[in-house]
Amino acid sequence: MAEKTFKVTSESGIHARPATTLVNQAGQFSSDITLDYNGKSVNLKSIMGVMSLGIQQGSSIVIKAEGSDAEEAIAALENVMKKEGLGE
Amino acid sequence: MSEKISGIAASAGIAIAKAFVLQNPELTIERKSISDSASEIERFEAALKVSKEELSVIKEKANKELGEDKAAIFAAHLLVLSDPELVDAVKQKIENEKVNAEAAMDDVSSMFINMFESMDNEYMKERAADIRDVSKRVLAHLLNVTFTTPASITEEVVILAEDLTPSDTAQLNRNFVKGFATDIGGRTSHSAIMSRSMEIPAVVGTKTITENVENGVVVIIDGLDGHVIVNPTDDEIATYEEKQKQYQDQKAEWAKLVNEKTFSSDSVQVELAANIGTPADVKGVLENGAEGVGLYRTEFLYMGRDQLPTEEEQFKAYSEVLEKMEGKPVVIRTLDIGGDKELPYLNLPKELNPFLGFRAIRLCLEEQEIFRTQLRALLRASQYGNLKIMFPMIATLGEFRAAKGILLEEKEKLASEGIKVSESIEVGIMVEIPSTAVMADTFAKEVDFFSIGTNDLIQYTMAADRMNEQVSYLYQPYNPAILRLVKMVIDAAHKEGKWAGMCGEMAGDPIAIPILLGLGLDEFSMSATSVLPARSQILGLSKEKISAHMDEILQMETMEDVVKFAEENF
Repeated sequence: MAEKTFKVTSESGIHARPATTLVNQAGQFSSDITLDYNGKSVNLKSIMGVMSLGIQQGSSIVIKAEGSDAEEAIAALENVMKKEGLGE
Repeated sequence: MSEKISGIAASAGIAIAKAFVLQNPELTIERKSISDSASEIERFEAALKVSKEELSVIKEKANKELGEDKAAIFAAHLLVLSDPELVDAVKQKIENEKVNAEAAMDDVSSMFINMFESMDNEYMKERAADIRDVSKRVLAHLLNVTFTTPASITEEVVILAEDLTPSDTAQLNRNFVKGFATDIGGRTSHSAIMSRSMEIPAVVGTKTITENVENGVVVIIDGLDGHVIVNPTDDEIATYEEKQKQYQDQKAEWAKLVNEKTFSSDSVQVELAANIGTPADVKGVLENGAEGVGLYRTEFLYMGRDQLPTEEEQFKAYSEVLEKMEGKPVVIRTLDIGGDKELPYLNLPKELNPFLGFRAIRLCLEEQEIFRTQLRALLRASQYGNLKIMFPMIATLGEFRAAKGILLEEKEKLASEGIKVSESIEVGIMVEIPSTAVMADTFAKEVDFFSIGTNDLIQYTMAADRMNEQVSYLYQPYNPAILRLVKMVIDAAHKEGKWAGMCGEMAGDPIAIPILLGLGLDEFSMSATSVLPARSQILGLSKEKISAHMDEILQMETMEDVVKFAEENF
């Protein structure tokens, strides 16, 4: 299992467009990937799950991956977070 | 037998093609018990697959024609259909509860729709509509009901619809859509304005077109006279082809006036400008020979997104327009939002009387951060051309002074940051509230120009909501009451050596043009496609002769008298 905590820096939090990119990326891996925010945990491969959280700027989120490609998944998602200016 | 249905001519030209009826499909979902869940799941997967294929095509098309920005929404739609929370839940339901795929899909998608709708955030609520949209597509496939969107059209058609929403029109492909007709709407409704900017023939407000016509039936859209001919005879087709040819020939005549200035037959010069909504519209402005932009509606920068546009984004849009207009005048109107034009992310309260409510300059003076950002972007862009700034919905001199004060503060701030700003920016107001028209002589001492917004001026003067069809008879541009107000504004401007323009639909109206010329209007701003016909018309008008009739016209009793007189004499 691999996990990483991010601080959301993007002004509008995680809205439709960046959420799309994140979910698309997560879908590339076979591991189970979850996103924890504010006491809730959702499947990061679910666009509606991620959107339903309404993640705000300044909050902290944890991405966890469990499976054979967990490490790669976390690295790739970290890359998306940075490239999309979502957080670090 | 052919049938003739009448409506309102919204955009000139003739289109003859097969009908494409754009309808929200009737989806009646029957809950059934099933025994073979494996084959039911297969059916569900097949419907998902076709839906995804369709959406991919739409996404590609949107990408090519509208840019990545607008296509992004379809990427999100595609993801909804791959969402494990949705797909797995539907499959489990079929498996465990032994229900048919339609019922399972409807249950699960309704659950998500309700979840998003109940969120305390306008943006999230809108996402419910996205989910509803994609779910409908899947359900339609399960039920074998045709699901139509304008983006799926791949042959030459005319579209018939109850109304066209902005997202419908964004998906129209100009290569295939030859024209359209709608049940509802008037000359100033969204679909009518879009048809003129896309330059495709359109008839709106037919009331019954979608009831009377089936897919594939040949129809003629006569956007010149506002008729739709259903199932025309060969003779009728020939007649309308001839009419289309005459219209094309006339357009060719008009085209010769593209690079000309606008003079009346007695050599009085006026300026013909165009109204725009986005930088992309500038192309049409130049192609149609407009001498400037008389109204740049900045609202579009703020719409269809989830947060306010940044100063940088606005600066880019404004400077692009100014640069492309190469020194010709560009009147940019500051944000006219609120009331009926909503921005979900501002979380403005719903109002009972939106047209009389918290909108435009009223909102900007309160939410100053929004206003100041826009003014800074405008001031910075002023270096790129001939900028004129216009405040909308001004009702009192106090509002104008406050708005101008903020503008000057931002200008000073920019100067102290070492950023150059043009020194010759004119600052004017839109005259659309009767109080301002009546007080025009006082305003004229402080503003640099007036631009009369007739759509609102008429609805406020006649106290008639222009969205309400039952009072649409009160939308009377030629009512002597309106003409007298227009005269007050023009006279007041001239007395102080200022100019007066008009940027409502009336400015491009062939019946109004002679009267406005007679009243001394300096600038006419209209849909770009109306500019050349207007120039051609003015060439044949003598201002002196018309002016001699002005007192008589202003003393007339009814709008009908005015129209009759104008048609007979000008």
